[in-house]
Amino acid sequence: MGFDPKRDYPLGTSRPDLVFTPGGLPLAEVTLDALRAGRLGGAEMRATAETLRRQAEVARAAGRAPLADNLERVAELAAVPDELLLAVYTALRPRRATAAELEGWAARLEGLGAARTAAFVREAAVAYAERGLLRRA
Amino acid sequence: MRSRRFAARARRALRREALLAPYPDLGLVAAAGPNDPEPELAVEDGRVTRLDGRAAEEFDVIDRFLVAYGLDLEVAAEAMALPDAELARRLVDVDVPRSELVRLARGLTPAKLARVVWLLDPVELMLALKKLRARRAPSNQAHVTNLKESPALLAADAAEAARRGFAEIETTVGVARYAPLNAIALLVGSQTGRPGVMTQCAVEERRNLELAIRGLVTYAETLSVYGTEPVFVDGDDTPWSKAFLGAAYASRGVKVRFTSGTGSEALMGHAQGCSMLYLEARCLALVRAAGSQGVQNGSISCVALVLAVPGGTRAILAENVLAAWLDLEVASGNDAIASHSEIRKAAKLMGQFLPGTDFVTSGYSVMPRRDNTFGGGNFDADDLDEWLTLQRDWQVDAGIEPLQEEEALRVRERAARAVQAVFAELGLPPVSDEEVAAAVAAYDSRDLPDRDRAADVQAADELLARGVTGLDVALALDRRGFPEVAEAVLGMQRQRVSADYLQTAAIIEPDGVVRSAVNDPNAYAGPGTGYRLEGERWRLLQALPHAVEAADLVELEPDEPPVVRELGEAKPGSSPAEVVVAVGPAFGQAITRTLSGLRHRDVLEALCEGVREAGGVPRLVRVRRVADVAFIGHEGARLSGSGVAVGLQSKGTAVIHRADLEPLDNLELFGMAPLYTLDSYRAMGRNAAGYALGRRVGPVPTELDNFARAKLIVQTTLLHAREARAVVPDAQTVELELAAVEAAPA
Repeated sequence: MGFDPKRDYPLGTSRPDLVFTPGGLPLAEVTLDALRAGRLGGAEMRATAETLRRQAEVARAAGRAPLADNLERVAELAAVPDELLLAVYTALRPRRATAAELEGWAARLEGLGAARTAAFVREAAVAYAERGLLRRA
Repeated sequence: MRSRRFAARARRALRREALLAPYPDLGLVAAAGPNDPEPELAVEDGRVTRLDGRAAEEFDVIDRFLVAYGLDLEVAAEAMALPDAELARRLVDVDVPRSELVRLARGLTPAKLARVVWLLDPVELMLALKKLRARRAPSNQAHVTNLKESPALLAADAAEAARRGFAEIETTVGVARYAPLNAIALLVGSQTGRPGVMTQCAVEERRNLELAIRGLVTYAETLSVYGTEPVFVDGDDTPWSKAFLGAAYASRGVKVRFTSGTGSEALMGHAQGCSMLYLEARCLALVRAAGSQGVQNGSISCVALVLAVPGGTRAILAENVLAAWLDLEVASGNDAIASHSEIRKAAKLMGQFLPGTDFVTSGYSVMPRRDNTFGGGNFDADDLDEWLTLQRDWQVDAGIEPLQEEEALRVRERAARAVQAVFAELGLPPVSDEEVAAAVAAYDSRDLPDRDRAADVQAADELLARGVTGLDVALALDRRGFPEVAEAVLGMQRQRVSADYLQTAAIIEPDGVVRSAVNDPNAYAGPGTGYRLEGERWRLLQALPHAVEAADLVELEPDEPPVVRELGEAKPGSSPAEVVVAVGPAFGQAITRTLSGLRHRDVLEALCEGVREAGGVPRLVRVRRVADVAFIGHEGARLSGSGVAVGLQSKGTAVIHRADLEPLDNLELFGMAPLYTLDSYRAMGRNAAGYALGRRVGPVPTELDNFARAKLIVQTTLLHAREARAVVPDAQTVELELAAVEAAPA
């Protein structure tokens, strides 16, 4: 059965069949028995980009466009390595990065499939340039 | 000259804090400041050219962010054209649905939002908040910290908080490196108390992200935003960096809530001459634009500053309303200490408590405030019974459940044992049995033994280096005999996979079902609709452990054998020295003590002694047909040879009466039964004899205790119910004598 963002929330209890760990384990198999048997890994216990996109659809269907937009960025970031996340955050802080550096981070994000987030970083670069929030080269 | 009353008031707790006249230049004005801009939105070719008094080229970083993500231009023309008063009216009109108000808010500028909401008076604000709250039912958040960072105490407090119904629990650290240990103690404790409770450990961003990645925490509300560019930049962030961080957290399984609040810009010296509420409207518009599901607002740590200016409490309520209007989850402050005055604190609380918010406090200190390392503790462990009683008084659910002491001890012990087991299994410095025992019954961390803190922080570092996760915690619990806690901790990991708690105002039920504004929205539309505290939940919230059962007291058996014996119908006396002591229907039989605990035998003896001391002759009768003290006394007087009698109810209320007076008149009335001693009754007897013998009589000196009624009115009512039940209509008054003493109990 397809996904209906108006009816299928909460996914975890209404549509567990649609929810998988990053390694492909169905949600229903995330059990104490599986843990005892060593079938669960710590890195597995997070939402996939697909699940997060579905949450974005749920938010949009509920009339929450900014939250939905954010959850779409969140879905993109699921695949972005931890260190890159922290590096981009640091670069976005006031006067930490030049325009070229921000463009570099945007390109890195784009390369990881995070197009929306890349655009977000580029929009920041424009605003920062006008408000003196870029690092002087 | 100095008024001693003014001097006494100056010593009250309230006067430890300063009040300020408004000073708009420094942003020290609650709302509607003289420098606040006129609401304004100009759009050309789909581009915003003016916003709240600024042209596009003057837009600061906040304006630019709002224009880019925060304004729905399809709604803006319609919404901005509505008169302020019309929008304000719709906020309180129960026939205008929340969804319509939320739609309009998308097109309103911060200046317009602030101006409209400020048209509402406090009661209107409460109605608007009740209507606009995102989730159907209110809930609450707890603070759990302690000065010693004792894991056993953290776990025990978290378990008690969870068991009391808090939906979220927040901790922090005194020493940053403790973070993973505190996060584990909170996770284990909370899931022992009630599965599904979400937890956070407020620490620096990198550490926080690390804890999130490990599955040791599930929410964060540390993302602060501000209403002016200089304060934002001084805080080393921009709207873009904060929005990105929010997304980064969420991508690692963290429910994100931003934080803002009136007063922060003034406190940090860059309010740009604007009012607190206007700047908060900018923050909230920004929070929504960033795509946060919610906000912690209501002045938060600046609350005492906002309360210093006129209208401060109202402005704080108004900012909560604004957040809800913008469709954000609201954790509505009431965590930092607002005032030294208990009256003022409680009065401020009512703004959020009565309408209900998604989290009525953004941190109720479940331990004594001395151990609150947030600098919080506006309401703390010592205030719990007050909070529960307020819920019971108003029939309002403010998210905290009563708990029997035995159950609190049980769940605290289970949690302390569980964290002890996890520490042992993970090779962390041991939690001793002594620590566990102390944590279960502790008042605060002074009751706990000191730990080797150097060993703890080193172990915390190693724990992170080893890559320990929430799964390891679950496995440790399972191996050490805590399968139900293991299952709950694993359940929280499962929640990370489905990510349902990223939706607006999400909390998790013990059965793992997420309840949020998506599947459980607030649909208040007037009386009889929306969330009402009724049924099973209302029964739970009224059953305070110290509440007494009326039936138990009414049915209470007397603790000694009858004090008097009945001798048959009482006849009128003839001796002019005779003073009748007339007692009520239950006296000395169904009831054998007064309200103040005096034994009826002793009271009667004291009265009779008093009568004799003054030269009178006492005679005892029982009036059976009425329970009212005036009629008891008057009936006694009618039978008395002298025409004077003492009427005495079982609860100890007495009257000196005379036959020629109207029943409801009297010579002296002693209505404050709890205050009388045996000496008082002796003096009543003396005075009664004095009246009988026609002497000059000064009134019996009595003390005044205006709290006696509040203290004993329940017992009074129940005792009187027993007296009234002993009434036999139309029964004759009977003669009495004191029964022989048979080894009466003390």
